[in-house]
Amino acid sequence: MEDNVILRIGAKILIPFILMFALYVQFHGDYGPGGGFQAGVIFAAAFILYALIYGVDTAKRVLPLRFAWFCGALGVWIYAGVGVVTLFMGAEFLNYNVLRHDPEHGQELGILLVELGVLTTVFGVMVAIFYMFAARRQVR
Amino acid sequence: MTAHLPVLQVVIPLLAAPLCAMVRHGRIAWGIALATSWTTFGIAIRLLAQVQAEGPISYALGGWAAPVGIEYRVDLVNAFVLVIVTAIGAVVTPYALKSVEQEIDAAKIPLFYAAFVLCLTGLLGIAVTGDVFNVFVFLEVSSLSAYALIALGQDRRALTAAYQYLIMGSIGATFIVIGIGMMYVMTGTLNMVDLSVLLAELGPNRTVAVAFGFLSVGISLKLALFPLHFWLPNAYTYAPSAVTAFIASTATKVAVYMLLRFFFTVFGGVFSFDVMQLDRVLLPLALVAIFSMSLVAIFQANVKRMLAYSSVAQIGYMILGISMASVTGLTAGILHLFNHALIKGGLFMALGCVMYRVGSVEIEAMRGLAKKMPWTMAAFVAGGFSLIGLPFTVGFISKWYLILGALERDGWQWWLVVGLVLTTSLMALVYIWRVVEAAYFQEAPNAESPGGGFPGEGTSAVVEAPLALLIPTWVLIVANFYFGIDATFTAKVAGSAARSLMGIAP
Amino acid sequence: MNVLGLVNYWAFIFLMMVGFYILISQGNLIKKIVGLSIFQTSVFILYISMGKIRGGTAPILMSEGDPVYSNPLPHVLILTAIVVGVATTALGLSLVVRIHEAYGTIEEDEIHDHDLA
Repeated sequence: MEDNVILRIGAKILIPFILMFALYVQFHGDYGPGGGFQAGVIFAAAFILYALIYGVDTAKRVLPLRFAWFCGALGVWIYAGVGVVTLFMGAEFLNYNVLRHDPEHGQELGILLVELGVLTTVFGVMVAIFYMFAARRQVR
Repeated sequence: MTAHLPVLQVVIPLLAAPLCAMVRHGRIAWGIALATSWTTFGIAIRLLAQVQAEGPISYALGGWAAPVGIEYRVDLVNAFVLVIVTAIGAVVTPYALKSVEQEIDAAKIPLFYAAFVLCLTGLLGIAVTGDVFNVFVFLEVSSLSAYALIALGQDRRALTAAYQYLIMGSIGATFIVIGIGMMYVMTGTLNMVDLSVLLAELGPNRTVAVAFGFLSVGISLKLALFPLHFWLPNAYTYAPSAVTAFIASTATKVAVYMLLRFFFTVFGGVFSFDVMQLDRVLLPLALVAIFSMSLVAIFQANVKRMLAYSSVAQIGYMILGISMASVTGLTAGILHLFNHALIKGGLFMALGCVMYRVGSVEIEAMRGLAKKMPWTMAAFVAGGFSLIGLPFTVGFISKWYLILGALERDGWQWWLVVGLVLTTSLMALVYIWRVVEAAYFQEAPNAESPGGGFPGEGTSAVVEAPLALLIPTWVLIVANFYFGIDATFTAKVAGSAARSLMGIAP
Repeated sequence: MNVLGLVNYWAFIFLMMVGFYILISQGNLIKKIVGLSIFQTSVFILYISMGKIRGGTAPILMSEGDPVYSNPLPHVLILTAIVVGVATTALGLSLVVRIHEAYGTIEEDEIHDHDLA
């Protein structure tokens, strides 16, 4: 894809907006359709597009496989961590009410954190799956 | 913290799995897995004690009360299943260290333990939850990690076995979701207790009947009921030894638990057996499974495959007990859940020891092995006694209750059932004897042709398996005899679990 | 409700049967995965159809009034099922890649011949 100028420039212009849109979907999840899973997929799509246009090796310099891997694990920890924190604050697992003084604010914060965990995991796993399938072809 | 035990049962392994995936060294991952499996075992024991003392525990996730939110509900039945799964996990994990180091690439070992712990998470989740959709989610967590674990086997046929299991398992899981969806359409709830109330109010209904059909087929696929068992022999044969020991003694057991849960708690025994007449399907299938699979097992050359077919037959015993739809029959079914986990866990672990030293589990390769690996073969024989159902073993207890359950019923056909149970025990004797004969009464292959009868297996260098493998194996074998001699604890728990499923106050 | 009113459910049955047929009839491992995906997708339509209420809006919190809105729960459930489907497909495909590396083919009968040989 080295010579394909339109694709290269197009991708360069699009990728920041794709990332922005992913964050919009993430943080607007409270008020409209959206949430961590969709946001994670869109966020990962930006990197996958980059890898498709500029090659997997270039993409791996931006985002190493190990980091994608780490994201996948970290997200689960964010999600379950929120639950464990609520446990220690004396409520049930994932009962967000206790996260803040006001239950409603607690719910908002809790949902946001959990969705952030989902985003991180989905993003990491999607990129990792893509890298792994891409790496298989180079072996042969 | 004790109030949160039901959720910790699932959350602790869930947290441990990504940790295992992140570490680079196999032994550290193993340490995490070990700590996790022992902690969950402790929790399960506590839960069982608590349920026995105080009755069912209900835990509202996120503080949302039962019909709206997801409820984790632990009663005697699933507390018992939790103990079975975690006990096997706690024994298999120490065993896995050496066995896995030999059978799997060092680079993949941390991921192996991540998948292993995830599989444990899924199985515990299925058992602990009181929400039907949650069951599906955990079912897929456990199944997907099980496919990955099986694919790690050394033989390339492990890959096709895992693929086959993936296809069959996904069809089963999708059938289960369809069934759940239809129940949700009719009732608007996913909570098991709520569903049982609403479905009873609804009365017989075509959609519910179709949901029942989808769930029956889906769950039967997962538990490898006779005509739907084709994924099982290959999956058990080619998986790494530790994985076979773990999955053979837990995954199908949890599927049987799902069957109990859906048919007795959600649909209710009356609907399942009097209206839908499930026993008319389950009973013949169970009998055919027991007989035909015992017969097939006799003719296997690979001992792992022999035991895999025997597992399908043993699942038949559980289903036979369940299809009697009486307290004694159910007790036999639930008891056999526990007992078969001990039997097959012990046997597959003994085979893992053979695999570790000999590199093959073909009967041919095990000739004369008793002299070189006396403890391993003794464990196999002791486990075999239990499988056959000799007195003072757990296998005897299961069959005793099964026959009691059959004798409770009137009619000549139940005498046939008794006869079949006894005949198939003899068939188990035949296939176990084939191994015993090869190991104890035949010469080792290298005695005739120096340098080893099997190319590249170095049979002459075979010595006893290391203690790290033998001790966990013998723990399960001794448990086979302990619970076979003193079955008061297991029989009491299984009996009250059966009564609670039948809706009779314990 | 006439037949057309249940069009979603007909689509569900049709897709389910198409997926199931591919799964049974095809010997190519990739095509089997395609069939499995179609089979799983049919369930998504079943769930989403049952959550829909005629004339209902999206279930988003509104400041005024008490509008009729579709049941969001099946959508959430099916989001989970989609994730499961993605994971199944990814795992299935990765197994196919490994099978191709080990056997050099992804046709079921050829793999069977390799195993017998």
